[in-house]
Amino acid sequence: MSSNVNSVKNTLKVALGLCVVCSIVISSAAVILKPMQTANEILDRNKNILIAAGLFDPTVHTNADVASLFEEFTPRMVDLDEGRYLTDEEMQTLGLDPQTYDQQSAKNNPAISEALSGAEDVASIRRRADYATVYVIQNDQGEYQSVVIPVSGYGLWGIMYGYLALESDGNTILGIGFYDHQETPGLGGEISNPRWQAQWPDKQIYNENNEVAFRVVKGGGQNEYQVDALAGATLTSRGVENMIEFWLGERGFASFLRNEVQS
Amino acid sequence: MSMNKTILIRPIFADNPIALQILGVCSALAVTTSLSVTLVMCVALTSVVAFSNLFISMIRNQMPSSIRIIIQMTIIASLVILVDQLLKAFAYEISKQLSVFVGLIITNCIVMGRAEAFAMKNPPIPSFIDGVGNGLGYSVVLIVVGTLRELFGSGSLLGITILPTVANGGWYQPNGLMLLAPSAFFIIGFFIWVLRNKYSEQVEKDEFAMAPHTTEQGAH
Repeated sequence: MSSNVNSVKNTLKVALGLCVVCSIVISSAAVILKPMQTANEILDRNKNILIAAGLFDPTVHTNADVASLFEEFTPRMVDLDEGRYLTDEEMQTLGLDPQTYDQQSAKNNPAISEALSGAEDVASIRRRADYATVYVIQNDQGEYQSVVIPVSGYGLWGIMYGYLALESDGNTILGIGFYDHQETPGLGGEISNPRWQAQWPDKQIYNENNEVAFRVVKGGGQNEYQVDALAGATLTSRGVENMIEFWLGERGFASFLRNEVQS
Repeated sequence: MSMNKTILIRPIFADNPIALQILGVCSALAVTTSLSVTLVMCVALTSVVAFSNLFISMIRNQMPSSIRIIIQMTIIASLVILVDQLLKAFAYEISKQLSVFVGLIITNCIVMGRAEAFAMKNPPIPSFIDGVGNGLGYSVVLIVVGTLRELFGSGSLLGITILPTVANGGWYQPNGLMLLAPSAFFIIGFFIWVLRNKYSEQVEKDEFAMAPHTTEQGAH
Protein backbone atom coordinates (compact mmCIF):
# COMPACT_ATOMS: atom_id res chain seq x y z
CA MET A 1 0.00 0.00 0.00
CA SER A 2 2.57 2.55 1.08
CA SER A 3 4.89 1.86 -1.87
CA ASN A 4 1.83 2.21 -4.11
CA VAL A 5 0.99 5.62 -2.61
CA ASN A 6 4.56 6.84 -3.08
CA SER A 7 4.93 5.59 -6.66
CA VAL A 8 5.70 8.13 -9.38
CA LYS A 9 2.40 7.38 -11.09
CA ASN A 10 0.39 8.01 -7.94
CA THR A 11 2.36 11.17 -7.14
CA LEU A 12 1.53 12.62 -10.55
CA LYS A 13 -2.08 11.51 -10.26
CA VAL A 14 -2.58 13.12 -6.86
CA ALA A 15 -0.78 16.33 -7.90
CA LEU A 16 -2.84 16.64 -11.08
CA GLY A 17 -6.13 15.84 -9.34
CA LEU A 18 -5.47 18.35 -6.59
CA CYS A 19 -4.55 21.09 -9.08
CA VAL A 20 -7.71 20.51 -11.11
CA VAL A 21 -9.99 20.53 -8.05
CA CYS A 22 -8.36 23.61 -6.51
CA SER A 23 -8.35 25.59 -9.75
CA ILE A 24 -12.01 24.81 -10.41
CA VAL A 25 -12.97 25.95 -6.92
CA ILE A 26 -10.93 29.16 -7.13
CA SER A 27 -11.98 30.12 -10.64
CA SER A 28 -15.67 29.50 -10.03
CA ALA A 29 -15.51 31.56 -6.85
CA ALA A 30 -13.76 34.36 -8.75
CA VAL A 31 -16.31 34.31 -11.58
CA ILE A 32 -19.37 34.11 -9.33
CA LEU A 33 -18.20 36.85 -6.97
CA LYS A 34 -16.84 39.19 -9.68
CA PRO A 35 -20.01 41.31 -10.15
CA MET A 36 -20.25 41.99 -6.42
CA GLN A 37 -16.56 42.86 -6.18
CA THR A 38 -16.78 45.25 -9.13
CA ALA A 39 -19.82 46.93 -7.58
CA ASN A 40 -17.87 47.33 -4.33
CA GLU A 41 -14.89 48.82 -6.15
CA ILE A 42 -17.03 51.38 -7.98
CA LEU A 43 -18.81 52.25 -4.74
CA ASP A 44 -15.47 52.72 -3.03
CA ARG A 45 -14.13 54.87 -5.88
CA ASN A 46 -17.23 57.06 -5.87
CA LYS A 47 -17.02 57.34 -2.12
CA ASN A 48 -13.44 58.58 -2.41
CA ILE A 49 -14.53 61.20 -4.94
CA LEU A 50 -17.07 62.37 -2.36
CA ILE A 51 -14.47 62.27 0.43
CA ALA A 52 -12.09 64.34 -1.70
CA ALA A 53 -14.78 66.91 -2.30
CA GLY A 54 -15.62 66.94 1.40
CA LEU A 55 -19.19 65.79 0.80
CA PHE A 56 -18.93 62.49 2.67
CA ASP A 57 -18.79 62.51 6.45
CA PRO A 58 -18.31 58.97 7.81
CA THR A 59 -20.03 59.91 11.08
CA VAL A 60 -23.19 60.98 9.23
CA HIS A 61 -23.29 59.14 5.93
CA THR A 62 -23.21 55.44 5.16
CA ASN A 63 -22.44 53.54 1.98
CA ALA A 64 -26.15 53.66 1.14
CA ASP A 65 -25.92 57.44 0.73
CA VAL A 66 -23.09 57.33 -1.80
CA ALA A 67 -25.33 56.93 -4.83
CA SER A 68 -27.62 59.84 -3.94
CA LEU A 69 -24.75 62.14 -2.93
CA PHE A 70 -22.89 61.25 -6.09
CA GLU A 71 -25.76 62.49 -8.25
CA GLU A 72 -24.68 66.08 -7.52
CA PHE A 73 -21.64 65.55 -9.70
CA THR A 74 -21.62 65.89 -13.47
CA PRO A 75 -18.98 63.67 -15.03
CA ARG A 76 -17.32 65.39 -17.99
CA MET A 77 -14.51 64.40 -20.29
CA VAL A 78 -11.40 66.50 -20.66
CA ASP A 79 -8.84 66.58 -23.46
CA LEU A 80 -5.62 66.93 -21.48
CA ASP A 81 -3.42 68.18 -24.33
CA GLU A 82 -5.81 70.89 -25.45
CA GLY A 83 -6.97 71.65 -21.94
CA ARG A 84 -10.70 71.77 -22.63
CA TYR A 85 -13.87 69.73 -22.33
CA LEU A 86 -14.65 67.35 -25.18
CA THR A 87 -17.81 68.25 -27.04
CA ASP A 88 -20.60 65.69 -27.39
CA GLU A 89 -19.73 65.14 -31.07
CA GLU A 90 -16.07 64.51 -30.29
CA MET A 91 -17.02 61.99 -27.64
CA GLN A 92 -19.28 60.24 -30.14
CA THR A 93 -16.55 60.11 -32.79
CA LEU A 94 -14.08 58.75 -30.27
CA GLY A 95 -16.67 56.38 -28.82
CA LEU A 96 -16.05 57.58 -25.27
CA ASP A 97 -18.56 57.87 -22.48
CA PRO A 98 -17.62 59.71 -19.25
CA GLN A 99 -19.63 57.22 -17.20
CA THR A 100 -17.80 54.15 -18.42
CA TYR A 101 -14.43 55.56 -19.53
CA ASP A 102 -11.60 53.76 -17.76
CA GLN A 103 -8.49 55.90 -17.65
CA GLN A 104 -6.37 53.07 -16.28
CA SER A 105 -6.97 50.83 -19.28
CA ALA A 106 -7.00 53.74 -21.76
CA LYS A 107 -3.45 54.45 -20.65
CA ASN A 108 -2.35 51.24 -22.36
CA ASN A 109 -4.27 51.87 -25.59
CA PRO A 110 -1.77 53.54 -27.99
CA ALA A 111 -4.59 55.19 -29.98
CA ILE A 112 -5.70 57.37 -27.05
CA SER A 113 -2.57 57.64 -24.96
CA GLU A 114 1.07 58.60 -25.28
CA ALA A 115 4.36 57.62 -23.73
CA LEU A 116 6.01 60.13 -21.42
CA SER A 117 9.67 61.01 -21.72
CA GLY A 118 11.87 60.59 -18.65
CA ALA A 119 11.99 64.28 -17.83
CA GLU A 120 8.24 64.70 -18.13
CA ASP A 121 7.38 61.59 -16.19
CA VAL A 122 7.77 62.95 -12.66
CA ALA A 123 5.09 60.64 -11.27
CA SER A 124 6.70 57.52 -12.85
CA ILE A 125 3.55 56.41 -14.62
CA ARG A 126 5.27 55.83 -18.01
CA ARG A 127 2.19 56.49 -20.16
CA ARG A 128 -0.65 58.95 -19.90
CA ALA A 129 -4.13 58.71 -21.41
CA ASP A 130 -5.14 61.65 -23.62
CA TYR A 131 -8.51 62.01 -21.96
CA ALA A 132 -9.73 62.01 -18.38
CA THR A 133 -13.10 62.09 -16.67
CA VAL A 134 -13.48 64.92 -14.18
CA TYR A 135 -16.39 65.34 -11.79
CA VAL A 136 -17.70 68.85 -11.41
CA ILE A 137 -20.42 70.58 -9.42
CA GLN A 138 -21.67 73.80 -10.96
CA ASN A 139 -24.48 76.01 -9.78
CA ASP A 140 -27.23 77.35 -12.06
CA GLN A 141 -25.05 80.26 -13.20
CA GLY A 142 -22.35 77.86 -14.31
CA GLU A 143 -20.04 78.78 -11.44
CA TYR A 144 -17.95 75.94 -10.15
CA GLN A 145 -18.32 74.68 -6.61
CA SER A 146 -15.83 71.90 -6.94
CA VAL A 147 -13.77 70.16 -9.58
CA VAL A 148 -12.56 66.64 -8.86
CA ILE A 149 -9.69 65.38 -11.00
CA PRO A 150 -8.19 61.87 -11.11
CA VAL A 151 -4.54 61.64 -10.02
CA SER A 152 -2.13 58.72 -10.02
CA GLY A 153 1.54 58.20 -9.34
CA TYR A 154 4.09 55.64 -8.27
CA GLY A 155 4.57 55.29 -4.53
CA LEU A 156 6.80 52.65 -3.00
CA TRP A 157 5.21 49.39 -4.19
CA GLY A 158 2.91 50.40 -6.97
CA ILE A 159 0.80 53.10 -8.54
CA MET A 160 -1.48 54.97 -6.16
CA TYR A 161 -4.82 56.08 -7.57
CA GLY A 162 -6.86 58.86 -6.08
CA TYR A 163 -8.95 61.95 -6.64
CA LEU A 164 -8.06 65.54 -5.85
CA ALA A 165 -10.86 68.06 -5.37
CA LEU A 166 -10.27 71.74 -6.06
CA GLU A 167 -12.35 74.81 -5.33
CA SER A 168 -13.75 77.12 -7.97
CA ASP A 169 -10.44 79.02 -8.29
CA GLY A 170 -8.79 75.84 -9.58
CA ASN A 171 -6.05 76.36 -7.03
CA THR A 172 -7.32 75.82 -3.49
CA ILE A 173 -7.55 72.18 -2.42
CA LEU A 174 -10.86 70.88 -1.12
CA GLY A 175 -9.53 67.46 -0.25
CA ILE A 176 -7.97 64.24 -1.45
CA GLY A 177 -9.06 60.60 -1.47
CA PHE A 178 -7.24 57.41 -2.50
CA TYR A 179 -9.15 54.37 -3.71
CA ASP A 180 -6.37 52.02 -4.76
CA HIS A 181 -2.75 51.63 -3.66
CA GLN A 182 -0.29 48.98 -2.53
CA GLU A 183 1.58 50.98 0.10
CA THR A 184 2.71 49.31 3.35
CA PRO A 185 -0.17 49.09 5.82
CA GLY A 186 0.48 51.36 8.81
CA LEU A 187 3.23 53.35 7.07
CA GLY A 188 2.63 54.46 3.47
CA GLY A 189 -0.87 53.02 3.74
CA GLU A 190 -1.70 55.94 6.00
CA ILE A 191 -2.33 58.01 2.85
CA SER A 192 -5.91 56.78 3.16
CA ASN A 193 -6.11 57.78 6.82
CA PRO A 194 -8.65 60.61 7.23
CA ARG A 195 -6.45 62.20 9.91
CA TRP A 196 -3.61 62.69 7.44
CA GLN A 197 -5.97 63.77 4.67
CA ALA A 198 -7.46 66.40 7.01
CA GLN A 199 -4.37 68.61 6.48
CA TRP A 200 -5.08 68.98 2.77
CA PRO A 201 -8.14 71.26 2.62
CA ASP A 202 -7.40 74.98 2.03
CA LYS A 203 -3.81 74.37 0.86
CA GLN A 204 -2.80 76.05 -2.40
CA ILE A 205 -1.33 74.39 -5.50
CA TYR A 206 0.09 77.26 -7.56
CA ASN A 207 2.24 80.17 -6.43
CA GLU A 208 2.03 83.66 -7.92
CA ASN A 209 4.16 82.60 -10.91
CA ASN A 210 1.66 79.85 -11.68
CA GLU A 211 4.11 77.09 -10.82
CA VAL A 212 3.16 74.05 -8.78
CA ALA A 213 4.39 75.03 -5.32
CA PHE A 214 2.61 72.30 -3.40
CA ARG A 215 4.99 70.08 -1.38
CA VAL A 216 4.79 67.16 1.03
CA VAL A 217 7.54 67.89 3.55
CA LYS A 218 8.84 66.39 6.78
CA GLY A 219 7.77 68.43 9.77
CA GLY A 220 5.85 70.51 7.27
CA GLY A 221 2.45 72.03 7.09
CA GLN A 222 4.11 75.39 7.86
CA ASN A 223 2.62 77.44 5.05
CA GLU A 224 -0.27 77.27 2.63
CA TYR A 225 1.66 75.16 0.10
CA GLN A 226 2.79 72.37 2.45
CA VAL A 227 1.38 69.28 4.12
CA ASP A 228 3.29 67.11 6.57
CA ALA A 229 4.92 63.96 5.19
CA LEU A 230 4.08 60.53 6.58
CA ALA A 231 6.45 59.22 9.25
CA GLY A 232 8.29 56.14 8.06
CA ALA A 233 7.08 56.52 4.49
CA THR A 234 9.51 58.82 2.73
CA LEU A 235 9.08 57.27 -0.71
CA THR A 236 5.30 57.23 -0.48
CA SER A 237 5.27 60.88 0.58
CA ARG A 238 7.59 61.77 -2.30
CA GLY A 239 5.31 59.79 -4.63
CA VAL A 240 2.30 61.82 -3.51
CA GLU A 241 4.21 65.05 -4.06
CA ASN A 242 5.35 63.96 -7.54
CA MET A 243 1.81 62.91 -8.35
CA ILE A 244 0.49 66.38 -7.61
CA GLU A 245 3.38 68.00 -9.47
CA PHE A 246 2.66 65.94 -12.58
CA TRP A 247 -1.13 66.09 -12.67
CA LEU A 248 -1.32 69.79 -11.87
CA GLY A 249 1.51 70.53 -14.30
CA GLU A 250 1.46 71.19 -18.05
CA ARG A 251 1.21 67.51 -18.98
CA GLY A 252 -1.68 67.14 -16.55
CA PHE A 253 -4.62 69.40 -15.85
CA ALA A 254 -2.88 72.81 -15.75
CA SER A 255 -4.19 74.02 -19.11
CA PHE A 256 -7.65 72.63 -18.44
CA LEU A 257 -7.83 74.46 -15.12
CA ARG A 258 -6.64 77.69 -16.77
CA ASN A 259 -9.01 77.52 -19.71
CA GLU A 260 -12.16 76.11 -18.21
CA VAL A 261 -12.14 76.65 -14.45
CA GLN A 262 -10.07 79.70 -13.51
CA SER A 263 -11.31 81.94 -16.33
CA MET B 1 -15.09 14.67 28.84
CA SER B 2 -15.39 13.09 25.45
CA MET B 3 -12.43 12.96 23.11
CA ASN B 4 -13.80 15.51 20.61
CA LYS B 5 -14.69 17.96 23.32
CA THR B 6 -11.15 17.80 24.69
CA ILE B 7 -9.75 18.44 21.20
CA LEU B 8 -12.02 21.49 20.89
CA ILE B 9 -11.48 22.97 24.36
CA ARG B 10 -7.80 22.26 25.02
CA PRO B 11 -6.30 24.70 22.47
CA ILE B 12 -8.34 27.60 23.87
CA PHE B 13 -6.46 27.98 27.18
CA ALA B 14 -4.52 24.86 28.10
CA ASP B 15 -2.69 24.53 24.77
CA ASN B 16 -3.18 27.96 23.22
CA PRO B 17 -1.45 28.34 19.82
CA ILE B 18 -0.28 31.90 20.49
CA ALA B 19 0.35 31.81 24.24
CA LEU B 20 1.93 28.36 24.55
CA GLN B 21 3.03 27.35 21.07
CA ILE B 22 3.95 31.01 20.23
CA LEU B 23 2.69 30.66 16.64
CA GLY B 24 0.98 33.28 14.51
CA VAL B 25 2.10 36.28 16.58
CA CYS B 26 2.76 38.45 13.50
CA SER B 27 -0.89 38.82 12.52
CA ALA B 28 -1.83 39.23 16.19
CA LEU B 29 0.21 42.43 16.18
CA ALA B 30 -0.94 43.71 12.84
CA VAL B 31 -4.72 43.38 12.76
CA THR B 32 -5.71 44.17 16.34
CA THR B 33 -6.00 47.98 16.31
CA SER B 34 -9.77 47.77 15.93
CA LEU B 35 -12.08 45.08 17.16
CA SER B 36 -14.25 44.68 14.05
CA VAL B 37 -11.20 43.97 11.87
CA THR B 38 -9.93 41.57 14.54
CA LEU B 39 -13.19 39.63 14.57
CA VAL B 40 -13.17 39.23 10.78
CA MET B 41 -9.57 38.02 10.91
CA CYS B 42 -10.52 35.48 13.62
CA VAL B 43 -13.38 34.11 11.53
CA ALA B 44 -11.15 33.98 8.44
CA LEU B 45 -8.33 32.16 10.20
CA THR B 46 -10.60 29.74 12.07
CA SER B 47 -12.36 28.70 8.88
CA VAL B 48 -9.07 28.28 7.02
CA VAL B 49 -7.51 26.14 9.78
CA ALA B 50 -10.65 24.04 10.20
CA PHE B 51 -11.20 23.32 6.51
CA SER B 52 -7.54 22.84 5.66
CA ASN B 53 -7.32 20.31 8.49
CA LEU B 54 -10.47 18.60 7.21
CA PHE B 55 -9.34 18.31 3.59
CA ILE B 56 -5.77 17.36 4.41
CA SER B 57 -6.98 14.69 6.78
CA MET B 58 -9.40 13.37 4.16
CA ILE B 59 -6.68 12.75 1.61
CA ARG B 60 -3.81 12.00 3.99
CA ASN B 61 -3.80 8.29 3.09
CA GLN B 62 -3.46 9.04 -0.63
CA MET B 63 -0.81 11.70 -0.10
CA PRO B 64 2.62 10.79 -1.54
CA SER B 65 5.18 11.74 1.08
CA SER B 66 7.48 13.42 -1.47
CA ILE B 67 4.97 16.20 -2.24
CA ARG B 68 3.24 16.27 1.14
CA ILE B 69 4.10 19.88 2.02
CA ILE B 70 3.25 21.12 -1.48
CA ILE B 71 -0.18 19.50 -1.26
CA GLN B 72 -0.79 21.07 2.12
CA MET B 73 0.28 24.47 0.85
CA THR B 74 -1.94 24.18 -2.24
CA ILE B 75 -4.99 23.35 -0.13
CA ILE B 76 -4.25 26.15 2.36
CA ALA B 77 -3.54 28.67 -0.40
CA SER B 78 -6.78 27.82 -2.24
CA LEU B 79 -8.79 28.27 0.95
CA VAL B 80 -7.11 31.59 1.68
CA ILE B 81 -7.83 32.89 -1.83
CA LEU B 82 -11.44 31.78 -1.40
CA VAL B 83 -11.72 33.67 1.90
CA ASP B 84 -10.11 36.74 0.33
CA GLN B 85 -12.55 36.68 -2.60
CA LEU B 86 -15.51 36.32 -0.23
CA LEU B 87 -14.31 39.24 1.89
CA LYS B 88 -13.87 41.43 -1.20
CA ALA B 89 -17.44 40.63 -2.22
CA PHE B 90 -19.19 40.88 1.14
CA ALA B 91 -17.00 42.99 3.43
CA TYR B 92 -15.04 45.25 1.08
CA GLU B 93 -13.97 47.87 3.61
CA ILE B 94 -12.75 45.38 6.15
CA SER B 95 -10.90 43.53 3.39
CA LYS B 96 -9.17 46.80 2.49
CA GLN B 97 -8.12 47.27 6.11
CA LEU B 98 -6.90 43.69 6.42
CA SER B 99 -5.10 44.16 3.09
CA VAL B 100 -2.15 41.79 2.93
CA PHE B 101 -2.89 40.01 6.18
CA VAL B 102 -5.63 37.84 4.70
CA GLY B 103 -3.15 36.63 2.10
CA LEU B 104 -0.60 36.10 4.84
CA ILE B 105 -2.84 33.52 6.55
CA ILE B 106 -1.07 31.18 4.11
CA THR B 107 2.16 31.69 5.99
CA ASN B 108 0.50 31.70 9.42
CA CYS B 109 2.34 29.01 11.33
CA ILE B 110 -0.83 27.84 13.08
CA VAL B 111 -2.32 26.57 9.82
CA MET B 112 0.77 24.68 8.66
CA GLY B 113 1.51 23.56 12.20
CA ARG B 114 -1.87 21.98 12.77
CA ALA B 115 -1.89 20.37 9.33
CA GLU B 116 1.45 18.69 10.00
CA ALA B 117 0.99 17.98 13.70
CA PHE B 118 -2.62 16.86 13.80
CA ALA B 119 -4.41 16.45 10.48
CA MET B 120 -1.76 14.12 9.00
CA LYS B 121 -2.26 11.63 11.85
CA ASN B 122 -5.97 11.84 12.65
CA PRO B 123 -9.30 11.17 10.94
CA PRO B 124 -11.23 14.05 9.29
CA ILE B 125 -13.80 14.86 12.00
CA PRO B 126 -11.34 15.22 14.92
CA SER B 127 -9.02 17.16 12.58
CA PHE B 128 -11.81 19.60 11.73
CA ILE B 129 -12.60 20.02 15.43
CA ASP B 130 -8.92 20.54 16.19
CA GLY B 131 -8.84 23.28 13.53
CA VAL B 132 -11.87 25.00 15.05
CA GLY B 133 -10.34 24.70 18.53
CA ASN B 134 -7.02 26.21 17.48
CA GLY B 135 -8.83 28.92 15.56
CA LEU B 136 -10.75 29.72 18.74
CA GLY B 137 -7.54 29.73 20.77
CA TYR B 138 -6.07 32.24 18.32
CA SER B 139 -9.33 34.22 18.42
CA VAL B 140 -9.36 34.45 22.23
CA VAL B 141 -5.93 36.09 22.26
CA LEU B 142 -6.76 38.36 19.33
CA ILE B 143 -10.06 39.47 20.83
CA VAL B 144 -8.42 40.26 24.19
CA VAL B 145 -5.67 42.23 22.45
CA GLY B 146 -8.09 43.92 20.04
CA THR B 147 -10.51 44.92 22.81
CA LEU B 148 -7.79 46.47 24.98
CA ARG B 149 -6.10 48.22 22.06
CA GLU B 150 -9.26 49.74 20.62
CA LEU B 151 -10.68 50.68 24.03
CA PHE B 152 -7.54 52.41 25.32
CA GLY B 153 -6.17 53.51 21.95
CA SER B 154 -9.30 55.03 20.42
CA GLY B 155 -11.75 55.04 23.35
CA SER B 156 -14.26 52.97 21.43
CA LEU B 157 -15.35 49.37 20.87
CA LEU B 158 -16.53 48.19 17.45
CA GLY B 159 -16.56 51.88 16.49
CA ILE B 160 -18.99 52.80 19.32
CA THR B 161 -17.56 55.43 21.70
CA ILE B 162 -17.11 54.08 25.23
CA LEU B 163 -14.58 56.57 26.60
CA PRO B 164 -15.20 60.01 24.99
CA THR B 165 -11.79 61.28 23.88
CA VAL B 166 -10.40 64.76 24.49
CA ALA B 167 -10.29 65.42 20.74
CA ASN B 168 -14.07 64.94 20.62
CA GLY B 169 -14.73 67.05 23.71
CA GLY B 170 -14.66 64.21 26.24
CA TRP B 171 -12.30 63.50 29.14
CA TYR B 172 -10.27 60.49 27.94
CA GLN B 173 -6.76 61.09 26.65
CA PRO B 174 -6.16 58.16 24.25
CA ASN B 175 -3.02 56.13 24.74
CA GLY B 176 -1.16 56.42 21.44
CA LEU B 177 1.05 53.43 22.21
CA MET B 178 -2.02 51.19 22.02
CA LEU B 179 -2.39 52.00 18.32
CA LEU B 180 1.17 50.90 17.59
CA ALA B 181 2.23 47.29 17.14
CA PRO B 182 4.49 47.05 20.25
CA SER B 183 1.50 47.40 22.58
CA ALA B 184 0.24 44.04 21.32
CA PHE B 185 3.51 42.49 22.52
CA PHE B 186 2.91 43.84 26.02
CA ILE B 187 -0.69 42.63 26.09
CA ILE B 188 0.23 39.18 24.77
CA GLY B 189 2.98 39.09 27.41
CA PHE B 190 0.50 39.85 30.19
CA PHE B 191 -1.91 37.30 28.74
CA ILE B 192 0.78 34.61 28.84
CA TRP B 193 1.69 35.61 32.40
CA VAL B 194 -1.95 35.30 33.60
CA LEU B 195 -2.33 32.01 31.75
CA ARG B 196 0.85 30.52 33.20
CA ASN B 197 -0.18 31.57 36.71
CA LYS B 198 -3.31 29.48 36.27
CA TYR B 199 -1.72 26.58 34.37
CA SER B 200 1.62 26.32 36.12
CA GLU B 201 2.62 23.29 34.03
CA GLN B 202 3.02 25.70 31.08
CA VAL B 203 5.95 27.40 32.77
CA GLU B 204 9.11 26.29 31.01
CA LYS B 205 12.05 24.97 32.99
CA ASP B 206 15.13 27.19 33.02
CA GLU B 207 17.41 26.15 30.21
CA PHE B 208 20.44 27.05 32.31
CA ALA B 209 20.98 28.13 35.91
CA MET B 210 21.76 31.78 36.46
CA ALA B 211 25.26 31.97 37.96
CA PRO B 212 26.00 34.71 40.52
CA HIS B 213 28.30 37.52 39.36
CA THR B 214 31.10 36.30 41.63
CA THR B 215 31.82 33.20 43.64
CA GLU B 216 33.49 35.12 46.43
CA GLN B 217 31.68 34.88 49.74
CA GLY B 218 30.08 38.05 50.97
CA ALA B 219 30.68 39.91 47.72
CA HIS B 220 26.96 40.60 47.28
